[in-house]
Amino acid sequence: MSQIELDEVDRIFEIGDTCVHALKSISLAIDAGEYLAVMGPSGSGKSTLLNLLGLLDRPTHGQYRLEGHEVGALPPDQQARVRSERIGFVFQSFHLVPRLSAAENVALPMMLAGIAAGERQRRVAEALAAVGLESRADHRPQQLSGGQRQRVAIARATIMRPAVLLADEPTGNLDRATGTEVTELLEGLNRGGTTLIVVTHDPAIGERARRCLQMEDGAVRADQRR
Amino acid sequence: MRPFDLLRFALQAAAGSPLRTGLMALAMAIGVAAVVVLTALGDGARRYVVDEFNALGSNLVIVLPGRTETGGIGIGTLSTSTVRDLTLRDAAALLRADGVVRIAPLVVGDAEVSSGGRLRSSFVVGTTSDFARVRRLEMAQGRFLPDEGLERASSWAVIGATIRDELFGARPALGARLRIGDRRFRVIGVMAASGQGLGMNTDELVLIPAASAQAMFNTNTLFRILVEAQDRNALQRVKSQVETVLMARHDGERDVTLLTQDAVVGTFDRILAALTLAVAGIAAISLAVAGILVMNVMLVAVTQRTGEIGLLKALGATPATIRSAFLAEAALLSLAGAAIGLLLGFTGATMLRAAFPELPAYPPSWAVSAGLATSLVTGIGFGVLPARRAARLDPVLALARGL
Repeated sequence: MSQIELDEVDRIFEIGDTCVHALKSISLAIDAGEYLAVMGPSGSGKSTLLNLLGLLDRPTHGQYRLEGHEVGALPPDQQARVRSERIGFVFQSFHLVPRLSAAENVALPMMLAGIAAGERQRRVAEALAAVGLESRADHRPQQLSGGQRQRVAIARATIMRPAVLLADEPTGNLDRATGTEVTELLEGLNRGGTTLIVVTHDPAIGERARRCLQMEDGAVRADQRR
Repeated sequence: MRPFDLLRFALQAAAGSPLRTGLMALAMAIGVAAVVVLTALGDGARRYVVDEFNALGSNLVIVLPGRTETGGIGIGTLSTSTVRDLTLRDAAALLRADGVVRIAPLVVGDAEVSSGGRLRSSFVVGTTSDFARVRRLEMAQGRFLPDEGLERASSWAVIGATIRDELFGARPALGARLRIGDRRFRVIGVMAASGQGLGMNTDELVLIPAASAQAMFNTNTLFRILVEAQDRNALQRVKSQVETVLMARHDGERDVTLLTQDAVVGTFDRILAALTLAVAGIAAISLAVAGILVMNVMLVAVTQRTGEIGLLKALGATPATIRSAFLAEAALLSLAGAAIGLLLGFTGATMLRAAFPELPAYPPSWAVSAGLATSLVTGIGFGVLPARRAARLDPVLALARGL
């Protein structure tokens, strides 16, 4: 049994009276601890796939099993719980709450999960240290550089110790040097056992991933392992 | 999410956009302040009127000689009966009736009052020491008529403030001699100026013992007897007691009329209370308007913070958490607004009292709590729609909006 199993998954958007097949009968198995890059041109369905894997979206047809449980059709409350406990997100534009400090941003998932303030503080300090930002804990996002922001976002994504880390163009808003730093940070987490799934345009990352999924028109065109 | 975290998060969110928060709290504050000030005004007017009546004595039964029937022609009006006058002995008998606290007989006449060459004509009222308490008179100087029993015709006089000014001017009035009609009295007290009341103006009265007044006006009858009951609830009992006692003394004839102020006060009380309620209702409309504003602003907030809502969802927030976060924010804003409004309202009421000292413009406690409750209910009630909208947002679309 793989950690993630997609079985004949379709995602159809109805826009006006036309139907857009964003994902066409995708079947995919991803094992725990894999490092997967999803590549492909715009509109190929890679973001839709990532949203689906992150339970932000539901398949129109087909099954999505996470760690053996069917999660694609769970009610919203339970999906929220799965997101909280098993899945971490890293976004292209960081998505930090501007009015909260770096530490508060990192603590957000724990706060939503109802973890006590004392433990939150301890874990936030650890997580910020792990991304090398312990001195920036009280800074607001505007006071941080792009690379620092993305590292805060990664600390936030991993604070709940998720099994799967989903990254949507994590280096898209960063220059090459910082991008590489962030990629190495993500890869370090992957070496710690977290499944890492990265959607990217950047062929450099595609080269580094141990498995690369090429998508086109909502279908998987190539699935290469190295 | 823990309740404390929820509140802190809502507080930070509210503080994150101070202008929006400030405007919303202001709207709420104006609504609550309007409720507080307007009900203070309405209730102040009610209390003013009721107090004025109470000064006349709302637990008074006024006994008049003779019977006035308003029921048309009946057997009673056709039968010839002599009307007996009220006497001091009648008054003394009433004092023993059940539920009667005190009585004050009244003998009223006009007389010339003079002192030190100054002379004026004045109302002279003959009564007893209890009149001061029955009418709740306050003394400016000296004391009221002493308690000497009903029959004693002593020569003490108590005068009103206007009489004092006009007859004595700057001279000391207390202890001075005063000629009333053809008799000489000694001034033992000056009543405090009462201003213009609803009753007769005590400032222009001269009070002397009832027996002295009867001798002066050469009569042995009474104009009225004021009977004070224990309280308003005892009024009916006292009325029937008074009737029974006087009937027994007047050979079984019902030849007196009993008046109470109770009915009149009650009506005024009800009318003004209704008026206060109406005013409160009008003010409550402003609260409802504030509530709609809260909804509007919260809807804008949901739109502005779409990205954040999407993010919270991605980070594992349940729809319920998002709903309560927005509701908590609306509730906090309403509460802050209500608190400011109470402050404004109480300041306004204090200023009203300072401007019109005779108006007891205290906001009634029911209005304060109703204002608070309404602001909270409208704030949260109108917050439900935006909160639900936020909770229902599609996380994918919401995230696409960015923060």
